[in-house]
Amino acid sequence: MLIYALQRLGAVAATLFGMSLMVFLSTHALPSNTAQLILGQYSTPETQAALEHKLGLDQPLVVQYLDWAGGLLHGDLGKSMVMERPVAPMLWEAFGRSAILAALAMSVVAVLGLTLGVVAAVWRGRWPDHAASVFSYVGISVPEFYWGLVLILVFGSLWHLLPTSGAANWSNGLGAGLSHLVLPAATLTFTLLAHVSRLTRSSMAEVLESMYVKVARARGLPERVVILRHALRNALLPSITVLAQDFGFLIGGIVAVETVFAYPGLGQLLIFSMQRQDLPLMQAAILVLTAVYCLANLGADLAYGLANPRIRYGGALD
Amino acid sequence: MAWPIRASATAARLTEPAVLTLPTAAIRRWRRLPPALLIGAAMVLVLLIVAALAQQIAPYPFDQMHIRDRFSPPSLRYLAGTDEYGRDVFSRVLIGSQLSLLLGVSATVISMGIGVPLGLLAGFRRGLLDEVVMRGLDLMMAFPPIMLVLLILAITPPSIMKTAVIIGVLSVPPIARVTRSVTLDLMSGEFMEAAHARGERTWYMLLRELLPNVWPVLMVEASLRVVFAVLLGAVLSFLGFGVQPPSADWGLMISDGREFVDDAPWISIAPGIAMGLTVIGISLLGDGLREVLDPRLRGRR
Repeated sequence: MLIYALQRLGAVAATLFGMSLMVFLSTHALPSNTAQLILGQYSTPETQAALEHKLGLDQPLVVQYLDWAGGLLHGDLGKSMVMERPVAPMLWEAFGRSAILAALAMSVVAVLGLTLGVVAAVWRGRWPDHAASVFSYVGISVPEFYWGLVLILVFGSLWHLLPTSGAANWSNGLGAGLSHLVLPAATLTFTLLAHVSRLTRSSMAEVLESMYVKVARARGLPERVVILRHALRNALLPSITVLAQDFGFLIGGIVAVETVFAYPGLGQLLIFSMQRQDLPLMQAAILVLTAVYCLANLGADLAYGLANPRIRYGGALD
Repeated sequence: MAWPIRASATAARLTEPAVLTLPTAAIRRWRRLPPALLIGAAMVLVLLIVAALAQQIAPYPFDQMHIRDRFSPPSLRYLAGTDEYGRDVFSRVLIGSQLSLLLGVSATVISMGIGVPLGLLAGFRRGLLDEVVMRGLDLMMAFPPIMLVLLILAITPPSIMKTAVIIGVLSVPPIARVTRSVTLDLMSGEFMEAAHARGERTWYMLLRELLPNVWPVLMVEASLRVVFAVLLGAVLSFLGFGVQPPSADWGLMISDGREFVDDAPWISIAPGIAMGLTVIGISLLGDGLREVLDPRLRGRR
């Protein structure tokens, strides 16, 4: 298991290295010139050359990359071009806000998704099953930002129940802080729920038809014990992996959701940096998000490996 | 994966009693089809008709402004109201179906054009080629897809065909993997042994023996890919990196209407409903196809 974990960790490092190369090269090798981008319509050959020198863009690419990557490894994420401030403090602050939102959404998805899936499997073909499947179909049929908009309309404009934009100042109390999280978290939950609940339903349904569940029933165990003790444990295996994968999807979703709710997290920072062509900020944000994505995938693999010995011992899984 | 294996056309004709598959049997079979398939097919059919005839059905040109009727709520004159320039939202939604379908279908065609040959060859040849292809796909899947799309679109000017190409390339790994795993299953089939024994050429075995048998599974996968492309395309337009104004793109319309959601919610709501119906229709069709094609699911319900 240790060797497997180390291998996977190596793969993560390689991916991050690859992404850093891509992020770096894409801002240098593509047709649009960095200095020209920053200067915009005021660009003249002289100002361009001056800026290129100031930013070190006249150095060879390899030197530039090593400079930049070396800085990254020391925690120096560069300086934002638009805001003329170091990237790191801004980025980590936004990261913290995104992490709170993501953690809240993920825990609701886990609890609600598993429950829905089990309920649907136990009452398969009857109304709870149909209700759960309609619910998940509707959830994933439009992109998350649309649900965000609908929630803003209903809870903000119509009923004036909850704040619809920004993040709260936590010093105003727990309630105020949470109230800003409810709508974005609900939006993320709604779009992620389908994946977990449908997978739990199908693995639970499969387990419920297996021999050992039939034996457990034949032994006269109460249905509650059969489902919770015997079936659920085995059915949960794939769901754990899917939850970790969903964390990856969440990163995509969070970019759009933060934009809808003007929630000052990492996603919004990324979109801001892209709209303003703030390259250092954009590079850092993309790398941090990629790192989180890779670590979530690593978590998924390890969780699966822990739960499934066949992979741990290098067995083939195709 | 165990999918129903259809041997080459001649063999199928020999085993299937052709006389019995006339009207009565056909109707009986029709009735046994899962409702998801029928509803999904009907919805997709309507969508195709709407997209094909959008210009004819739409009551107004999609970019015609009725300045006096800005922000009109839905009425008989403007079925889904008008937007901030007085453009008819209903007409724009109809025209938007063309863009969504164009994006979804072209991205899927691109991903299948690359993914299917890769998967077929990897499963057929195995060995080194298989290993190289599979590790390459693993590498592609290690990167968060939305980051790649955003990275490219942020640096180069956005356009719908570029979006389609990027989403198409991102969808190659799932397509290639499914194709490969089905091909691997098929390779042990007797019809492949027979083809080998007859000394058929490689391309014949790939195109005439394997591809027709992989096709049903690919149809299911393709429906998922179209949905993925439509939704991701909408997110990109929403963030401002996809289709550019004044196009009548659904994601863009939802995004534009965001400012006016308090007073004129119909601007955003209408394209969202259209997108939801599109995605549900295509997903139902895919789920229905899966139910018909995957024997493991039969008799379960």
